[in-house]
Amino acid sequence: MNKAPRRPQLKKREAVAGYLFAMPAILGLLLWTIGPMVASLAISLTDWEIIGGAQWVGLDNYREILTDDLFFKKSLLVTVYFALGSVLVTMLASIAVALLMNMEIKGQAIFRTVFYLPTIVPAVAASMLWVWLFNPDFGLFNAILKTVGLPSLMWIYDETTVIPSLILMGVWGCGGAALIILAGLQDVPKHLLEAVDIDGGNAWHKFRFVTIPMISPVIFFNLIMGLIGSLQAFTQAFVMTGGGPNNGTLFYVYLIYREAFQSNHFGYASALAWILFLLIALLTAVVFRSSNSWVYYGGGK
Amino acid sequence: MKLGRIFAMILLVLFALLAVVPFFWLIRSSLMRTDEMFLFPPKLLPDQWLWQNYADVFSIIPFGRYLKNTVFILIPVMAGVVVTSSMCGYSFARLRFPFKNVWFALILSTMMLPSAVTLIPTFILWSELKAINTFWPLTLPAWFGGGAFNIFLMRQFFMGIPKELDESALIDGAGFTQIYVKIMLPLVKPALIVISFFTFMSVWNDFFGPLIFLNEESKFTLALGLLQLQGLYSTDWNLVMAASAIMVVPAIVVFFVGQNYFIEGISLTGIKG
Repeated sequence: MNKAPRRPQLKKREAVAGYLFAMPAILGLLLWTIGPMVASLAISLTDWEIIGGAQWVGLDNYREILTDDLFFKKSLLVTVYFALGSVLVTMLASIAVALLMNMEIKGQAIFRTVFYLPTIVPAVAASMLWVWLFNPDFGLFNAILKTVGLPSLMWIYDETTVIPSLILMGVWGCGGAALIILAGLQDVPKHLLEAVDIDGGNAWHKFRFVTIPMISPVIFFNLIMGLIGSLQAFTQAFVMTGGGPNNGTLFYVYLIYREAFQSNHFGYASALAWILFLLIALLTAVVFRSSNSWVYYGGGK
Repeated sequence: MKLGRIFAMILLVLFALLAVVPFFWLIRSSLMRTDEMFLFPPKLLPDQWLWQNYADVFSIIPFGRYLKNTVFILIPVMAGVVVTSSMCGYSFARLRFPFKNVWFALILSTMMLPSAVTLIPTFILWSELKAINTFWPLTLPAWFGGGAFNIFLMRQFFMGIPKELDESALIDGAGFTQIYVKIMLPLVKPALIVISFFTFMSVWNDFFGPLIFLNEESKFTLALGLLQLQGLYSTDWNLVMAASAIMVVPAIVVFFVGQNYFIEGISLTGIKG
């Protein structure tokens, strides 16, 4: 008899405690995400500038962006080029590094550290360093090219090579993704790999038909995070190229930054931000959709 | 088979060298004279190691103040993230309350929201509050759960703790706060360390936030100061490299101190993600 009335009371106490403990996150969600999202959508329908009031302009900002704005087109193009390029190249590099690290070798911990170190370099410092490495006259890369008898490049100072250069710089930081993939590789069941041996398969068969399917959830995770991250690239362009040459690195977030904080077009910049949001949502949805056909979740999931 | 292994080893060492070379170039350049920097073909090592460059960085721009500002942002952010993300993680992992899953899903989905969407209203809010050029916009938001990623990470850790522990404490009459402080927190200490490290890195590396919210030089963080230095002394690449190295070193030291926690945290996010 003692227990029965206690239960609902405890349940209520638990619910109250649950809300109190989760309160920072719930308040944060409302105050820093949902609130600003609603405000941002409203602002995007005005011609809000820092000085002077805001006029309701309906969808004019969106119409102007989609039909008139040459910077928008250029920016979208270079951002998607960079995002797809860097996700693809970084993914291949990190799978390669993870596979190599997965060998049973001495000093694995040292290699792990060496590959991870570049990812902890602050973006501004990394940008400074790479500007110097890319320097066409006195930089390391052109020195190497000359030593092996190849023509030197303009790297970030030429519209055609600037994006590949920034992708290369991104590959330097592939260690984080490589470690995640390595963790996935170490979970690949040994008996599956042995089964391939028994069936007379070779290393490629193991890789293609066991390893890849088994680590596909990890690849999927990295793909999504990489895509979301690289579509929002900013610092490299801001520090290294100023968006140039010839707007060749006018990344989308840079365009938003320019409109909002240099030209004070808050309404227009908000509309740009919403278009970015839709783009990211769309691309993520496409990847999620496709994942049914290539991501394999073992029984454990 | 043996040959393939040797080839793979060579490849691994080669990749590792490629990862290290930029670091070498950073340090080597930071110790050179200005005129040594502008030689072609470049020299591998400086004639003389000019440690003076590092001292010069502190004397030509107020790098010490930038460092102090960065630490003043770092401390409240780390405290806020550790305190509130562990509270929320505990709640979402252990306590049952109405609409819990809805809230959690909403919070997780914010990871996909580009920060540019909320940036402008947030900026307007802070300027209405006359808080531009203060550290508030950079520190206060950390006290609201510390971001979806950290809440998720904490929740994962709390879920790994055997349920019997808190259930028996509950039967013994302990309150939820007591359980959280006395039983759960000591058990998730490794997770708190992981989160502290990640938070240290993200504040230390943050560039966009300070760029938007701080525009008086007296409030600059290291990241902004470094940019400032490059703007003012664009020909003194040795000093720019020395300043960059000054920014990199603490991050590396922190990484080495907490290396095992780092690796654990990264692996955890990847697998469970």
